[in-house]
Amino acid sequence: MTKVILPELGEGIKKATLSYWYFKPGERVKEKDELVEITTDKAAFNLPSPGSGILREVFFQEGDTVSPGEALAIIEEG
Amino acid sequence: MEFKVFDLGLTDFKSAAGLQRELALKVENQQLESALILCQHYPVITLGRQANRGNILVSQEDLREKGIAVYAIERGGDVTYHGLGQIVAYPIFNLALFKKDIHLFLRTLEEVVIGLLSEFGVKGIRRPPLTGVWINKQKISSIGIAIKNWVSFHGLSINIKKTDLPYFNFIRPCGMDIEMTTLESLLNREIDLNSLKQSLIGNFKILFG
Repeated sequence: MTKVILPELGEGIKKATLSYWYFKPGERVKEKDELVEITTDKAAFNLPSPGSGILREVFFQEGDTVSPGEALAIIEEG
Repeated sequence: MEFKVFDLGLTDFKSAAGLQRELALKVENQQLESALILCQHYPVITLGRQANRGNILVSQEDLREKGIAVYAIERGGDVTYHGLGQIVAYPIFNLALFKKDIHLFLRTLEEVVIGLLSEFGVKGIRRPPLTGVWINKQKISSIGIAIKNWVSFHGLSINIKKTDLPYFNFIRPCGMDIEMTTLESLLNREIDLNSLKQSLIGNFKILFG
C-alpha cells in the first residue's frame, strides 16, 4: 500500500483545490503517471503517481479543498 | 539555471503549446536543463482550469468573425486574451533546480516583469493576493502556470502595443472587472518588440540564472 501524499507546494500555500483525477478508483496506474491535478490561484499542479498498482481508494473528490501533507489516495501495488 | 531561448516570433497558440509539451518532456528527462519560449500570438482567448465561460462577453459568431480562437487549457486561472501586441513568455523551467515552491515561482515571474518595466522607467507593482503586475490599478501583465513533475509550463504575457486594448473588452480578464493597460499607452511612444525581448531575457537571467 502506498499513500499518495500532497507535498508542500510553496511557502504560505496552506490550501489548494483538487481539480481533476486522471484515474478512477479500481483503475491501474503506473509510477510517474499523472494521477491528480491540484490548483491554487494561478497554478495547476500535477502530482504523479508515487507507485504502480491499483488506485484503491481516493479520499477527496474534484472540487474539494486539500492541504499539503494530507493523504489523497491509496495505491495497492501489484 | 541555464535555459535555452526559443524566439518563435508571431506564432499560433497551438504550435506554441506543442513546442511547450515537447520541451517540457526534454527538461523532465534531463535532455535539456530548461527552456524559455518567447512569442506573440494571433488573437486567441484561453480558459484556465478555474474558467467560467460566462467571462467571455461576446458570442461565438462574433469571435469567429473577428478571427479569435478559443482554447481550454491546463494552466491555473480564469479567462485571458492574447494578441499580436503582447509578448508571451513560456518558461519551461526545472523548478527542482530553482526551488520547489509555486508561490516563489509566481512572485519571481512578477519580479521579471517589474524589472523589465523599470528599464522603461515604469513602476510595476504587485497587488496581493492577486497574481500579475499592475500600474496603479491597471493590469499590464498576466500570469498563469502549470507544473508537471516540477517542470513549469504556460507562463506570462505582457501588454505592449495599444492595438490590443479593445480586445480585452471581449472578456472579463481573470473573471474580474480589471482594466488593462499597455506599455505603449503609458509611454506614449512606439516600442520595438525585438529589443524588448532582449531585455526580458536579461531579466529572466538575473532572477533565474
